[in-house]
Amino acid sequence: MIGSSRQSGPSVAWLLSMAWRDSRRNRSRLFLFISSIILGIAALVSVQSLSDSLRSEIERQAAELVGADIVISGNKPLNENIGKLADSLGDRRAAQKSFPSMALFLRSGGARLVQVRALEGDFPFYGQLKTIPASAGRSFRNQQEILVDKGLLLQFDGKVGDSVQLGMTVFRIAGMLESAPGQTGLTSAVAPVIFMPMRYLPGTGLEQFGSRINHSRFIKFDRKTDITSLTERIEDRIEEAGYELTTIERQQEQTSRSFRDVGRFLSLIGFVALLLGCIGVASAIHVYIREKIGTIAILRCLGATSRQAFLIYLFQILAFGGLGSLAGSVLGSALQFYLPVLLKDILPVSVEARISWQAIGSGLGLGLIISILFALAPLLSIRRISPLNTLRMEFQADKGDRLTSLLVYLLMLAFIWGFSWLQIRQVLPSLYFTLAIVVAFLVLAGFARLLMWAVKKFFPGGWPYVWRQGLANLYRPQNQTLVLLMSIGLGTALFCTVLFIQTILLDRVKVSTSGAQPNIVVFDIQETQRDSIVAISKREGLDVSGTVPIVTMRLKSVNRINIDSLRRDSSLPMRPWLFNREYRVTYRDTLVSSERIRKGTWTGVWKDKSQPPGISVEEGLAKRNGIRIGDTLTFDVQGTPMATIVGSLRQVEWNRIQTNFLVLFPAGVLEKAPKFHVLVSRVESPEHSARYQQAVVKAFPNVSIIDLGLVLDVVSALLDKIGFVIRFMALYCMATGIVVLIASVLISKYQRIRESVLLRTIGASRRQILAITAIEYLMLGALAALTGILLAMGGSWILAEQVFDTTFRPDWLPVLGVFAGVCLLTVGIGMTNSRQVVNRPPLEVLRDAS
Amino acid sequence: MDTILSLSHVSKAYGHGEHRLKVLDDIHFDIHSGDTVAIIGPSGSGKTTLLGLCAGLDRPTEGSIQLNNISLESLDEDRRARVRNEFVGFVFQNFQLLPTLTALENVMVPMELQGLKNIRSHALDLLAKVGLANRKDHYPVQLSGGEQQRVSIARAFSNRPRILFADEPTGNLDAENSELIEKLLFDLNREAGTTLIVVTHNPELAAKTGRIIALKGGKVVSDLATDRQTASI
Ligand SMILES: Nc1ncnc2c1ncn2[C@@H]1O[C@H](COP(=O)(O)OP(=O)(O)O)[C@@H](O)[C@H]1O
Ligand SMILES: [Mg+2]
Repeated sequence: MIGSSRQSGPSVAWLLSMAWRDSRRNRSRLFLFISSIILGIAALVSVQSLSDSLRSEIERQAAELVGADIVISGNKPLNENIGKLADSLGDRRAAQKSFPSMALFLRSGGARLVQVRALEGDFPFYGQLKTIPASAGRSFRNQQEILVDKGLLLQFDGKVGDSVQLGMTVFRIAGMLESAPGQTGLTSAVAPVIFMPMRYLPGTGLEQFGSRINHSRFIKFDRKTDITSLTERIEDRIEEAGYELTTIERQQEQTSRSFRDVGRFLSLIGFVALLLGCIGVASAIHVYIREKIGTIAILRCLGATSRQAFLIYLFQILAFGGLGSLAGSVLGSALQFYLPVLLKDILPVSVEARISWQAIGSGLGLGLIISILFALAPLLSIRRISPLNTLRMEFQADKGDRLTSLLVYLLMLAFIWGFSWLQIRQVLPSLYFTLAIVVAFLVLAGFARLLMWAVKKFFPGGWPYVWRQGLANLYRPQNQTLVLLMSIGLGTALFCTVLFIQTILLDRVKVSTSGAQPNIVVFDIQETQRDSIVAISKREGLDVSGTVPIVTMRLKSVNRINIDSLRRDSSLPMRPWLFNREYRVTYRDTLVSSERIRKGTWTGVWKDKSQPPGISVEEGLAKRNGIRIGDTLTFDVQGTPMATIVGSLRQVEWNRIQTNFLVLFPAGVLEKAPKFHVLVSRVESPEHSARYQQAVVKAFPNVSIIDLGLVLDVVSALLDKIGFVIRFMALYCMATGIVVLIASVLISKYQRIRESVLLRTIGASRRQILAITAIEYLMLGALAALTGILLAMGGSWILAEQVFDTTFRPDWLPVLGVFAGVCLLTVGIGMTNSRQVVNRPPLEVLRDAS
Repeated sequence: MDTILSLSHVSKAYGHGEHRLKVLDDIHFDIHSGDTVAIIGPSGSGKTTLLGLCAGLDRPTEGSIQLNNISLESLDEDRRARVRNEFVGFVFQNFQLLPTLTALENVMVPMELQGLKNIRSHALDLLAKVGLANRKDHYPVQLSGGEQQRVSIARAFSNRPRILFADEPTGNLDAENSELIEKLLFDLNREAGTTLIVVTHNPELAAKTGRIIALKGGKVVSDLATDRQTASI
């Protein structure tokens, strides 16, 4: 008999149990829907976990990044004042002179430009120079010995005990350097390091005119000291004198900041993966609710209110969204143990992955928000499902009100923008990001619509049945065209963009090494060495037209403004950097092909000696510092002041390998100034290059040689390392796209079962059914890939023109590869799935589907 | 005798302008509590539409419908849902069981929607009455059409409705099952004193009711009491 309780409507508990019961026969499918977001959540959780661990590691290891409590450094020797200051600070001190130089490996004869760090004292005070053998990190300081970067040693097949010539001195390799404070895999690829004891530096003869030496003083406090207030007291003095002050705290801030940016960038890519998954969720839930119309109509008929019906399915989505997010968070937490391996070359500190509860929490929250947000439109339509559907199934829920869907879309946009803002923290860039996403979605949706329209409009009625059926599947009711195009297309677009950007970057370097362009630069040639080096070059078969003189100088003032006035008046457009840097200037009477005058006039020879000489300044430098035609620039040329007038602004094509200059003097001014020379030429092969470098360095160990082939290798390696990370993330987006693809295909399976069973009942062979599927998915895959590639090309073109300032020439072979790959993948997944359908007996399938 | 259902000048039209299709035209009748009524007519004459209106599944274009002295047209869909839940039972031609619920759970849903507790034994009683106590944990797909319709009848009576609507309840069933369903329907109806309104093609079924309303082209063409009606008075 009916119990005693009063009629009060069903409780939330009943709604929950109804949600539970109703999901019983759909659970695997519901999970499939939600699986689309698992990868996205996992990406975000792993990146955030890694960022968290990285932040705390940087905090923990900050001292080892610097190696001392305070570092004072500059590109000139510490002056008396600052030198005294440095000596008065701390309890232990060390010094370093660091500069580029050629290293000649005597056994193999290999030569290469390296970064020499000449040490005096016990640097590093925190952390250590990790070497093999371990003792070498200390012992090399007492002998004529050096530590050689691991990669460099491997490159020249060197061993401990081998001899390396630096300048005029031959050193014995004491050990292989594995790591040192502040060194990462990247820095060692760009500029491999050799450590040497400072007291052998004079003997090398490298510390001479023209060498670019960075001087550092490391200071360590053994007693407890308030470094922060100390630095506040001394930093003005140090910076005014043109030196830089580094403390552990600042280094930590700076490192954290740059890696937070890396983390945010990765998060954004992860977010795109998540959004891809969201399309999957939205479409899957849409199909799901459509199939639930009958059930909902019955419930409404029996007296459930629209709110109750809505809640039942909201609870379902919440539960499965939560489950999916949980799975994503677990996967992400597991994945982050792999990320440090992936990133090891660019991470400044060693990172132990740790579970970050905060990351897991935000992953769960994000997953829930996203599953609701993207299921909201179909969920809300539940409220409009009429109980009349029980009487007449063809009765469709009415169109749905536009206002609600508009609100839902706005909510999604706000969410995307909000999230990207959280990552970027800048309004405009996050708006651009949102805009780019919206444009990509609109373009893909537009193409999908176009495809459906075109196939319908120009339907090839005369084609074989299988073709007609396959094509018709693209536009028939309940097709998956839109969703599949979006998910596959966006995945492809991302992947190709990464590919293209890499091509653009490599292209910029490649241009300069192709054809008859110069590819080797010899610099730091002393006046007295010039003729001999030209002779050696000719003997080695190089085409030498001459050398370019270089005079180093510093800028003292622009009109009346100098570094002091700049410091007092922050409204001035100049940057301190303008006055602190060293200018390498040349003089000639003509312009070269990579230069073009944009403003003013270029006078090749200084004739009117009553006026200061008219110089030409690179237009970017002028623009950034507010320098105009007619301004007076006063330089300090090796102690002699030299007033000049800006006569012209010049555009310089930097990506051509020539000797390019920010400041250009006319002939007749600097001929008598102390200077050195640069020689630019072309070698024909790596062997030729090696032979030549060896010959020059043997004769003149002070000169430096840059082989652009090597630079290209370094850039490639660099791009590989960074690009690997980005490619990984892009692949990740692709993977999400594939999950969405699989989910969508499986959903359409439920829709298509009846039809394919029907076809088989009326006599279609399994082969024909498979062919129909293949045609349908081939069309989808091809169009999605094409759209994705077009999107990527558009985006890359904009990037090339606006950001990288170069023309965009896509590499077609990989593009074709991506196209074929995406098509194959789509068809493959579609076929695998329908094979399952056609291989089962029709009756079994029919029972299953109902 | 009190009136449970009263229609006054009810019309229903679909579409607008040129496409406007008048499906029901000025329908007017009262039904007394406890009556059994058949609505008959050719296919497309508007029977299902009329039933939907009476049960508050839809609103008339014109006229007013009073169910248990409540004007349905003044209520929104959710209020009408409440009314259905409290006073109305349904039996459909295609059974309309919830496919994800077991037989027993299907029977319990109307009571659960009312927030009633301790309803299991009542639901089991009903299942036993339709002869399906042993199938209580089976899902609709595991039941035959006749069995599904029996579950559906058990469900229709579970909330002790004052009025029960059946739209061609035997339309999808063979003769043997039809007979069983008819018997159950009338037996349970008599036992509970429910008003019963059956839409049917089947003259035999119609003859078992006390009043036959015949529709044609959306109009009532005849409204007659049968012998049975006279007999029961
Ligand atoms: N939603 C609708 N829109 C337009 N016409 C409808 C709709 N529902 C029913 N009709 C039409 O109303 C008429 C009556 O239908 P119905 O009530 O189902 O008849 P019966 O149940 O007597 O067969 C039919 O001609 C049908 O086509
Ligand atoms: Mg009908």
